[in-house]
Amino acid sequence: MKFGVIRFPGSCDEVDALLACERHGEAEILWHGDRDLKGVDAVVVPGGFSYGDYLRVGAIAQFSPVMEAVAEFARDGGPVLGICNGFQVLCEAGLLPGALLPNTELRFICRQVDVEVVNADTPFTDACEVGQALSIPVKHTTGRYYAPDDQLAIMEAGGQVVFRYAEDHNPNGSANGIAGVCSPERNVVGLMPHPEHAVDPLTGSADGNCLFASMAASTDRAAA
Amino acid sequence: MSDSATAPDLRNEAVALGLTIPEYELICSKIGRPPNGLELAVFSLMWSEHCAYKHSKKLLGQLPTEGPYLLMGPGENAGAVDIGDGLAIAFKVESHNHPSAVEPFQGAATGVGGIMRDIFAVGARPIAVLDSLRFGELDSQRSRYLLDGAVSGIGHYGNSIGVGTVGGEVYFEGPYEQNCLVNAMCLGIAPHDRLTRSAAAGVGNHLVLMGARTGRDGIGGASVLASAELDTDDADKRPTVQIGDPFEEKKVMEACLELLDRELLASLQDLGAAGLSSSSSEMASKGEVGLDIDVSKVPLREADMEPFEVMVSESQERMLAVVEPAQLAAVQDVCERWEVRCTVIGEVTDTRHLRVFDGDELVGDMPVDALVDDCPLYDLAPAEPESQIYPAPKRTLSSDDPKEILLALLGSSNLSSRRPLFEQYDCMVQSRTVRRPEATDAAVLQLAHDTGGTAAIAVSIDGNGRRVACDPYWGTVEAVLECASNLACVGAEPLGLTNCLNFGNPEKPHIAWQLSRSVEGMSDALRQLGVPVVGGNVSLYNQSGDGPIYPTPVVGMVGKLPDASRAGQLGFAEDGHTIAMVGTSRPSLAGSELAKLRGEELPTSLEPIDVAKVRAHQEVVREAVRSGEVASAHDIAEGGLLVAIAEACLAGDIGATIDFDTLAGGAPTPGYAEIEPYLFGEAVGGFVVSGTREAIDRLAERIPIDVLGTVGGHALTVGGSGNGVSWELAELERACAALAEAFV
Repeated sequence: MKFGVIRFPGSCDEVDALLACERHGEAEILWHGDRDLKGVDAVVVPGGFSYGDYLRVGAIAQFSPVMEAVAEFARDGGPVLGICNGFQVLCEAGLLPGALLPNTELRFICRQVDVEVVNADTPFTDACEVGQALSIPVKHTTGRYYAPDDQLAIMEAGGQVVFRYAEDHNPNGSANGIAGVCSPERNVVGLMPHPEHAVDPLTGSADGNCLFASMAASTDRAAA
Repeated sequence: MSDSATAPDLRNEAVALGLTIPEYELICSKIGRPPNGLELAVFSLMWSEHCAYKHSKKLLGQLPTEGPYLLMGPGENAGAVDIGDGLAIAFKVESHNHPSAVEPFQGAATGVGGIMRDIFAVGARPIAVLDSLRFGELDSQRSRYLLDGAVSGIGHYGNSIGVGTVGGEVYFEGPYEQNCLVNAMCLGIAPHDRLTRSAAAGVGNHLVLMGARTGRDGIGGASVLASAELDTDDADKRPTVQIGDPFEEKKVMEACLELLDRELLASLQDLGAAGLSSSSSEMASKGEVGLDIDVSKVPLREADMEPFEVMVSESQERMLAVVEPAQLAAVQDVCERWEVRCTVIGEVTDTRHLRVFDGDELVGDMPVDALVDDCPLYDLAPAEPESQIYPAPKRTLSSDDPKEILLALLGSSNLSSRRPLFEQYDCMVQSRTVRRPEATDAAVLQLAHDTGGTAAIAVSIDGNGRRVACDPYWGTVEAVLECASNLACVGAEPLGLTNCLNFGNPEKPHIAWQLSRSVEGMSDALRQLGVPVVGGNVSLYNQSGDGPIYPTPVVGMVGKLPDASRAGQLGFAEDGHTIAMVGTSRPSLAGSELAKLRGEELPTSLEPIDVAKVRAHQEVVREAVRSGEVASAHDIAEGGLLVAIAEACLAGDIGATIDFDTLAGGAPTPGYAEIEPYLFGEAVGGFVVSGTREAIDRLAERIPIDVLGTVGGHALTVGGSGNGVSWELAELERACAALAEAFV
């Protein structure tokens, strides 16, 4: 299988995401100015500060040519994973519900946290167990997940909450401790923690591998 | 051009710009006429301390600059060392003290941006930042404001550009109240053949300005801010502080690295202090050529800027390149792809003059040699003061109870956990960081994605100003040795060092003495360690009405270790391991953190150090870490032995039991008074290590060690014959968390 990792001007973690994907399949960078997704099986929208995040985080990237193609890819059921700034971009693009607001402490926080898998029935979690705790770092200033109460209730009931911070690990004041969500069709997943920075015990943890392994396995199954 | 016969005499303006009358007259004689306003503005910057090192150049000549790993030494934008596999690490530390004292967020942010440009200017991709910060005591509102602003600014720039802040240090001391220090160090990685020098070459080649538009920010920064004392009322200097845009820098960096990869540039230089004036004249000087610049071609942020403003603006995120005409179209293509502005603003000439045009009109004409080489260098007039010039710190601890003393030390601003700072920095981007802050004494970065191998590099930054204030020579030796000890604790061998010399006004004899003795100490220590200086920076005039800062030579050392997976850790690892002290240091309470808490006067000397012996101990510890023989290693630094042990307990989340009786030179049943200097005294060259009993015994065959106790439990217990004291880990942790309160 092949992952595509988008590079916007201001992306910072795209090479990290590429390295993580390459542990589980082929991977290549997709340039923000190209509409061509080069036949990839899954798209990763990486972390960083796309376009400097000077307007509102993730707000500009949604208008890039590559994101038009990603929106179409997602509408056709293609798996898309947004990490940190990528999550923010997918929310701004309307591919995921809710929004990310400034952390309650209004500061950048870089910290290893425990994240619980809530829904193991998405292309990025189906190799995980429900209730499994993953040790994954967060690093962001604008990661407080927000959605109106009625929408939160629909998401909770509909399995759209994919990851939740473990008790006392919510670093940013996210509603319901939500760390990651999916689209109603479950093919688009976004999360604030960085699984691409948790793929090697040498650099802190290997728990993030299960997201990329899930993706690779489900694609291989589909191909078989 | 002004006609020399009618040119006004600008000597009053020269003085206002920081030049002396004899310097002004020398400029007149070098160019054969009085300078016009633009020329005077350019000269005043090029002949400032910041650009010309006129009070420090003679001293710096004694530092060793040769070593087996050295690839590029002082004189380029950054120095570089060989790390094997055809790769180099370029690194440098630089100060942004004065801007940060005026506006801490932008001052610190642009300090980080500036040092990164130095690194990618030599063709290296920035991979890590460390910072060294000094503020007044935390009970001052101003210090808290500066701390908060500087930390946010460093994070803002480094995080946004995708370069991790992997380490650093911060101290709080009264003499930094008016003059905070913000030193930033950056490391970059490059294949040997991408290392780039800045010498302009090739008459007829284009001079190309890349990056941000030029505005009025930072006009005169080098002379006004960096080369004169600050007053308490600095608000009117705020317009001279630059504003940073990390997004622009990220694009410029990616474009420059691609241009160098494709060999499209003849040379490259960043625009830092003194902007176009200094970057262009230094490129011309190194290449022994001339440059013509047309300021009307420079993209401006404000339309009505005067030619002199364009030449001296310190607007950030700009680079200057020399491009062969045949490559220009390809260069423009790369810049367009990265959305980076790219403008031909001049050309290389054979005149050996920097000529400035405004369209067709020649508005300035200066010999390059006069700008770069002819600034007079001054001899210092050092004189040792008769007594300690710094006041005693305020007394904050009166207890003689070891239980309270350890908690007070761990909770003190200089020793408490730095977590509230480093959690504001991305320490992991680029997937190299194998040891995060507070897990080790030095940051460790793997190279697996670059080489496919196991090797890693380690880096540490150090410089305890109070110790240097006690004794400029031995205090500086300590700073160098501590940096090397930090590397030893992760198993790394030092390859090279960068320094930033932060001092007061060198025209004052006692400051000149501090500076001379400090550089002598650094030079002697480095020669004995066999480590060269690859480059650095000098920040003088850190002085206000309240007096000078502590003399603060900050040193950053880069080392290499063969196997990232065997990098050391400082925390105790396993229940039952034996704890030992390596190194026969003679700790003294004079000038220690405990003496500071007790409000004691600073001494006027420190104990001399046997550098060769310390080096030998470092080598043994390094090998023991590399071989996996010891499970933990931590150098004994501020706060002394017991603080080091407490830190090893907290980092390992496990307790320890220590026996007093082996201390105090084996005196029979010593009392606490005899023990205190051993528990809390300070001296460089000691290590706390842990491992199996057999491993510690094997270590003892190679080096004198003292077995101190055993790892285990949930408390740190220090006991001897009859007198014991114990701390729960949670109690130590609470004490250590004191700094969090400064960020509420």
